[in-house]
Amino acid sequence: MIIKVENLVKKFGDFTAVDKISFQVPKGEIFGFLGANGAGKTTAIKMLCGLSKPTSGSANIAGYDLVSQSEQVKLNIGYMSQKFSLYDDLTIGENIDFYGGLYRLKGLELRQKKDAILRELGLVKQRKDLVKSLPLGWKQKLAFSVATIHEPKILFLDEPTSGVDPITRRKFWEIIIATANQGITIFITTHYLDEAEYCDRISIMVNGKIIALDSPANLKAKLNVKTTAEIFAKLTR
Amino acid sequence: MKELIYFIKKEFLHIFRDSKSLIILFGLPIIQIILFGFALTNEITNVDFAVYDNSKSHTSQRLINKINATDFFTLQAYITNPDKMEEALISNSVKFVLVIDSDFAQSYPQGKQGKIQLLLDASDPNIATNIRAYLNNIITDFSQEEFPSLEKSDFMTVKMFYNPQVKSAYLFIPGLMAFILTLISAFMTSITLTREKELGNMEILLISPLKPYQIIVGKVIPYAILSIINIANILLLGKFVFGMPLNGSLLLLSLESLLFLLNSLALGILISSFTNSRQVAMMVALAGLLLPTMLLSGFIFPVSNMPKVLQYFSQVIPATHFITILKGIMIKGIGISYLIKETSILALLTLLFISISIKKFNVRLDK
Repeated sequence: MIIKVENLVKKFGDFTAVDKISFQVPKGEIFGFLGANGAGKTTAIKMLCGLSKPTSGSANIAGYDLVSQSEQVKLNIGYMSQKFSLYDDLTIGENIDFYGGLYRLKGLELRQKKDAILRELGLVKQRKDLVKSLPLGWKQKLAFSVATIHEPKILFLDEPTSGVDPITRRKFWEIIIATANQGITIFITTHYLDEAEYCDRISIMVNGKIIALDSPANLKAKLNVKTTAEIFAKLTR
Repeated sequence: MKELIYFIKKEFLHIFRDSKSLIILFGLPIIQIILFGFALTNEITNVDFAVYDNSKSHTSQRLINKINATDFFTLQAYITNPDKMEEALISNSVKFVLVIDSDFAQSYPQGKQGKIQLLLDASDPNIATNIRAYLNNIITDFSQEEFPSLEKSDFMTVKMFYNPQVKSAYLFIPGLMAFILTLISAFMTSITLTREKELGNMEILLISPLKPYQIIVGKVIPYAILSIINIANILLLGKFVFGMPLNGSLLLLSLESLLFLLNSLALGILISSFTNSRQVAMMVALAGLLLPTMLLSGFIFPVSNMPKVLQYFSQVIPATHFITILKGIMIKGIGISYLIKETSILALLTLLFISISIKKFNVRLDK
């Protein structure tokens, strides 16, 4: 199990944003983390990435304790959100260099990795162009490559596809699936319910608690519905 | 540590790629020096004046010649009709009219008062004050030379200490150093930090192996370096173009400047910790830091002339103390023992700002 979460709680004053959640994710799985806005999924993902300290409970991420070994955790996870992390006023090459350097890639390793990314995305000629000039879809792909530049064991994606057109979204999912096939575990939050179909397992969060966790097919069978949207509607009604 | 170097490199790329930053960092200091050094000066040179000489004696002529011979004043006209005196002032052709009484040559050597009258255009009070002070000195000199027997108490003697030529560079160079440090280290730092938050990159940086303190250090180091370059520039220009002295220790000056630099950086970090918007940070830094530094620190207007409330307020503006320190070291050449009060206040304010920002930053992390 690459992610082990036990009784994780986050309180803001009297308000309990995340209420004793526990789950486990095996290596290479695409794990969908679903819930309405305000259900607590952003708070949960922030805790798992080390952005926010849990009030109580424990988690083991990529073999390291979330609180006591945060440095090791950081080196083994990647993160991407709907706000792409790229700097518009830096070139494509400079952005890759910056994130590679941030994750302690050494000179030669960084150069090879950079060449590979540029080749893969077909941006070799544009490497000296400012990121500003890239279309949104390309930016998203580049942001994804940059987020995985240090070959993390787990990639956290916080609503990476919101505000993107359906075709770009589908293509983005192809990349996600290919990445998972390489053995990188994907932990993704989304509010597009159709995207839940791509996940190996989904968890549904309501009022800070996980109320369901299983594969989309099992959940559909259990609740006797046809689509993932209906699962959601039935559970959160 | 290597990741910090990548971070600082990235920050320099931001700066050098943004023309607005470049103008503020390199253009503004130079524009300010030129403005304060050449345009906005209270120094007087070649002030035109007229004379209404009723005495028409050798003594009065010698006085007029003595005044005219200085760099400060240029005799423009002899007025013969008293009705024309005010006209000369109104038409702006002269700044003052010197009126000499008809029995000046006889009465003045006996120590009689009121034999010379000065009609001064005081519509610009700073210049008027300076003209009066200069003339007073010249006339005092004249009296001592011409009539050594006159008792000294008959006229005031003024001796200017530290800045005998009343050069305005002595005033504006220290003020400008405080202003530029505040501009670059506080204003620019607060904007660049809020920029990361506004664009959503702060989360990515916090998730990365960089430690929170490294993010702050990486952000402020480029601005600290640029501040130091600018300060060195101002000092060199001040010395070689405007004749600003450095009578005290350069080491002490550098250490005090570093303390103020740290103070400004802490203020920049503090402002950015209260807001996620560049606009807000910019407004707060402008209204809360740059304007007080300019107007209330003694940079342009003397603190002692302010209303009591503003005088108290000026005491919490770090630049007030920094300017006092700079003037003390550069002009009076005094050492640390005379500057302990100002230095301690500056150090205390710095500690206060740093501890509040650390606290605020930790709170933010936990959100």
